[in-house]
Amino acid sequence: MIGAGELQATADLPTGWTLALILTLISLGAHEPWRWVGMFLGRNIDVDSEIFRWVRAVSTALVAALVMRLLVFPAGALQGVHVVVRAVAMVAGLAVFLLAGRRIAYGVLAAAAVLVVGQLAIG
Amino acid sequence: MIPSDDYEPPSPEPADRGWHDASPRYAFWRGMAVGGSVPGIILFASAAGFGALARDAGFSLANAVYMMGIFFALPAQVVMLDQIARGASVWAGTLAVSLTGLRLLPMSVVLMPLLKGPRANRWRYLLAGHFIAVTAWMEGWRRLPLVPAHLRMDHFIGIGIGLVLATLAGTAFGYELAGTVPPVVAAVLLFLTPIYFLLSLIATASGLSDRLAIGIGALLGPPLYLVAPGFDLLLAGVIGGSIAHFGAKARTRRAE
Repeated sequence: MIGAGELQATADLPTGWTLALILTLISLGAHEPWRWVGMFLGRNIDVDSEIFRWVRAVSTALVAALVMRLLVFPAGALQGVHVVVRAVAMVAGLAVFLLAGRRIAYGVLAAAAVLVVGQLAIG
Repeated sequence: MIPSDDYEPPSPEPADRGWHDASPRYAFWRGMAVGGSVPGIILFASAAGFGALARDAGFSLANAVYMMGIFFALPAQVVMLDQIARGASVWAGTLAVSLTGLRLLPMSVVLMPLLKGPRANRWRYLLAGHFIAVTAWMEGWRRLPLVPAHLRMDHFIGIGIGLVLATLAGTAFGYELAGTVPPVVAAVLLFLTPIYFLLSLIATASGLSDRLAIGIGALLGPPLYLVAPGFDLLLAGVIGGSIAHFGAKARTRRAE
């Protein structure tokens, strides 16, 4: 079901080459420069220095926060899976990963399998 | 040729005999092969989820695939789609995208020392930099220490191009299949990315600071998203990372 507001928004959507140009400008102007700045700042950094270790911890915590956001507040179809099923699948994947000698593929497969089974059993 | 189950924590010595006398070309192709292994497959699935979203937002197939390549950072792309589909102003969209891109800064800093070497030049740095998003960053962080220093740049560019190709294919695949797969399959596709990120973080963690950063970052993520959406990842990174770093340091000092 589409609301009137969404139809209006879709009508305003830039298309074709105009949209490609907008995407290019926003990417190169507002997104890519962070990568350049990071590489510039990192070019002479000492990997044993205090600041490098801190930045590394910041990166790690940031990705961990992203993981939890994607699991707790997911987008799209994952919203249809109950949060308890998501949590149980995550813990199962973690357990299999650790028991299988830290093999990522096994952990991911186990988590996906538990998610499907859990969703089909509950939903 | 390419081991698919080489998911061991990085060791300081290049233990893999495949790297002995290896050429830059070998390093590049071996990096490309990552696009067809577990991280590439998971990224393919994530990109398929993005392709479906882009179709819902009214994008053409060409622009959906182009957006995947030019940004190569799924959070920025999803934010951008959301803003465009809602008819938000270009400036609001640009600001939101820029905020999601800021998280790439510390990742780039951390990866840079691994990329330095005789094969690095300005254009290769710019190209390698474009691939810095969570998946390529983690694969680089995990694999590059095992690669001889002079081959790391070629290897990382190979990893990046392999992963980009996987996402371009995934975007087109998801765009074409949107709405035709059962909801539980679509849900699993979206679930693969966070679980892969989590397990990769744990696999590459070494030392107390890393483990604390994972735990505290994970705990801070959801509440900060509710309090400060848009800034949540940066806040969780800076607060969680600082607690982890200084906490681990205090602990080590006390032990000495």
